[in-house]
Amino acid sequence: MAEQKTVLSPIPGVFYRKPAPDKDVYVKEGNTVKTGDVLAMVEVMKNFYEIKAETDGVLAQFFVEDEDLLDAGQEIAVIIEQ
Amino acid sequence: MGYFKKVLIANRGEIARRIIRTCNKEGIRTVAVYSEADAEAPYVSEATEAVCIGPAQAKKSYLDIEKVIQIAKETHADAIHPGYGFLSENPEFVRRCEEENIVFIGPSAETIHIMGSKLEARTQMQKAGVRVVPGTDKSIESVDEALLIANDLGYPLMLKASAGGGGIGMQLVQNDAELIKVFDATKQQATSFFKDGTVFLEKWISNPRHIEVQIVADTYGNVLHLFERECSVQRRNQKVIEESPSPFLNDTLRKELLDAAIRGVKQIDYTNVGTMEFIFDENQNFYFLEMNTRLQVEHPVTEEITGLDLVELQLKIAAKEKLTITQEEINKTGHAIECRLYAEDPNTFFPSPGVISRLKLPENDVRFDFGIIEGSAVTPFYDPMIGKIIVHGITRDQAIEKMQRVLDEIDVQGVKTNLMLLKQIMKNNQFIRGNYTTQFLAENKIQVLEG
Repeated sequence: MAEQKTVLSPIPGVFYRKPAPDKDVYVKEGNTVKTGDVLAMVEVMKNFYEIKAETDGVLAQFFVEDEDLLDAGQEIAVIIEQ
Repeated sequence: MGYFKKVLIANRGEIARRIIRTCNKEGIRTVAVYSEADAEAPYVSEATEAVCIGPAQAKKSYLDIEKVIQIAKETHADAIHPGYGFLSENPEFVRRCEEENIVFIGPSAETIHIMGSKLEARTQMQKAGVRVVPGTDKSIESVDEALLIANDLGYPLMLKASAGGGGIGMQLVQNDAELIKVFDATKQQATSFFKDGTVFLEKWISNPRHIEVQIVADTYGNVLHLFERECSVQRRNQKVIEESPSPFLNDTLRKELLDAAIRGVKQIDYTNVGTMEFIFDENQNFYFLEMNTRLQVEHPVTEEITGLDLVELQLKIAAKEKLTITQEEINKTGHAIECRLYAEDPNTFFPSPGVISRLKLPENDVRFDFGIIEGSAVTPFYDPMIGKIIVHGITRDQAIEKMQRVLDEIDVQGVKTNLMLLKQIMKNNQFIRGNYTTQFLAENKIQVLEG
């Protein structure tokens, strides 16, 4: 059975699924991702931190919406490993 | 006419506390606005009244022009002080204040608009006989045009967005290939960030010093300078330490710089306080860089050497009072240094939000302009600067010694800070000699960190 891997945000901040307001999302739910792919971005004190996949698999679901406020350690998505 | 009864402060943190302090002294009531993330911040309880302006994100709170205007009307504020950052250099906000008969404490919308365009500012300064960095004075439309200009000026060059700022919309190019590679993207980025795709080319000045001049101008044509501030200790285009006077200037060069700043300000009929930024090259040539049409973060060093209260001057000028001091009456006394305390990793400069679990500050002979107190949260939503430490000495050496002692006595826990970096800069020989450029931190990285 495929392993599920939860993606956490190590830092608090504002969550973004797109690199810029007029751009497409980094990853759609159901897309295949590879280790190192950027999944989302967190804005913390005018700095941007990229959240990257730490495993290969399918990004099954995001738990937070674009522009939601995150706590440190919050679960943001789940990847089903392949 | 007459002075204000109530001022709304469209800002947060240390600068909101700073403005409240002067308003209290002047007997002016204050209105603080705060986001949901700032409800417990010290400035909120220090204001006469406080109104929540919206959610944590700045664009939904502090940057929401209509909400600020609405709260100003509801609380019957006569005037709005914008502080720095946020709406302080937004001509649209100034126009809305004017429409609602609320005094904006700062220059006119038109002036902010002119100085917000780097190209327009270059044109105006040249008219005033103020040197600007060699470059183009009109918008560059195509790569071909850019290449012709570039070969005329000679590399290295900076490709800049006219509406850019804060290090965004600037690209260093060393040759034709690099210029071709970045031209379209820079123009595109300028359009999407600043809604203005105007770009131009300037000579790149390596190893520059960043020295700025504080000016004050009333609405009756009186323009004064309050000397210079040396701001060359920077990391990623952000200032870390400022001092006045600049250890780099001799009296002749200082006079030349101050005269240029005054000529530039008169050219645009500037009013209120403002800062003319210049860069110096290795041969002591200086060039106008840009103007900040607002109060600066580092204004306290100027207050320390002149004994003047810049916020008080801002309020009085905005209330159409005449300046009662003359240039001859303004003296600089001794030497002042400011260190900016950032909640960030001192090695990577990455921000470090958290709760200030401990804050011990020495009491004597030092000024602290802090946004936080022990127990405050440093939230992830705003600037990482949590406070400023300012000392004044009879000489530069004495000011450095004082700062060394003060920094040693500070204890801040709960978030990572750059305190250790500040201590090491104060003990760095190059800094102590006063011979440093904007490359100082990058060049001294290992030395500073291993100290």
